[in-house]
Amino acid sequence: MFFNSLLTNFAALEVGQHLYWQIGNIRLHGQVFLTSWILLGALLVFISLGTKKMENDPKGLQNLLEFLWDYIRDLARTQIGEKVYRDWMPFIGTLFLFVFVSNWGGALIPWRLIKLPSGELGAPTADINTTIALALLVSLSYFYAGLSNKGWRYFEYYVHPTPIMLPFKILEDFTKPLSLSFRLFGNILADELVVGVLVFLVPLILPIPVMFLGLFTSAIQALIFATLAAYYIGEAVEEHH
Amino acid sequence: MLAFNFFGATEGGLFDINATLPLMAIQVVALTYILNSLFFKPVGNVVEKREKFVSNNIIEAKNKLSEVKKLEADLMTQLQSARSEAQRIVGEAENESDKLYKEALELANNEANASKEKARLEIESQTSAARDQLSKQADDLSELIVNRLILEK
Repeated sequence: MFFNSLLTNFAALEVGQHLYWQIGNIRLHGQVFLTSWILLGALLVFISLGTKKMENDPKGLQNLLEFLWDYIRDLARTQIGEKVYRDWMPFIGTLFLFVFVSNWGGALIPWRLIKLPSGELGAPTADINTTIALALLVSLSYFYAGLSNKGWRYFEYYVHPTPIMLPFKILEDFTKPLSLSFRLFGNILADELVVGVLVFLVPLILPIPVMFLGLFTSAIQALIFATLAAYYIGEAVEEHH
Repeated sequence: MLAFNFFGATEGGLFDINATLPLMAIQVVALTYILNSLFFKPVGNVVEKREKFVSNNIIEAKNKLSEVKKLEADLMTQLQSARSEAQRIVGEAENESDKLYKEALELANNEANASKEKARLEIESQTSAARDQLSKQADDLSELIVNRLILEK
């Protein structure tokens, strides 16, 4: 009896179930949007609080935001290069912040306490739609970056050291978004599942180290996603002679 | 309708791809613009303004430092030249005073010699005069003695 109630209370591991929203004849994963709106709302509130009164001598939140800005700038600058990193910094920074906030929000907030009719709330990045959307945006970005910076000469990149590279470079255009999206999706989903299963098996203490590991993985994944996105853009705008 | 069904479910599943994907992409693009105007631009302006301020100050300080060093070197050369000039003047003055001293000494010596000579000549003349007088007196006396002796006889 007790075990059964435990099962329904704690361990309703609902893998692959979604809260569907029907708008016209399109269907959406409602739980992804709900969590992403809550987390992005919190992020925007945090940022507007921090940038409300900007001073030359930074205080409090402004310090943190400036540190974050500097971190993102360094990331974009080292990967994309001095010439065009400015144009892409907001995009890279948004990717980093979005993935980071989604991952950490999914790991830190006890979403399971909120009951949904179907599916459960969690990190928006644990849904394949989100990660594929991000990865496709990265693909579009690096194509756009390459074409807008170098025009048709961008396609020299495909035959760069030798024309033998052509098939591999074309293949890369498919593997890049695939690996980006599946890496993020897999890591975050796996983390949620591991924590869920451990909480189901041993509700006390034992899941805590795994949760910390999950936080670590989440941060690393955000960094990896943003760094790779910046690297792909940098690769597309790089001039080679 | 995009729907890849894995795990045997007709609806749902881990790889259920639907309109969430494009909407999420639009949401992220919108977020990029919002964050750009709310976060990246204002913070960037403040940080870059400060960086410019700091680097300008550093450049200014470096310029001032080099100016100070130049002035210091200038002053050093001036000091050196002034020192050598002073040495030269002191040496000249020493030479001159030496010369003056020698001249004065010579003059004094000459004068002393002259007056000594004069005194010697005077002494000699007086000595000879005294000797003359003495010999005259001796003559007188001898004459007197002779006369008296002659008279007594």
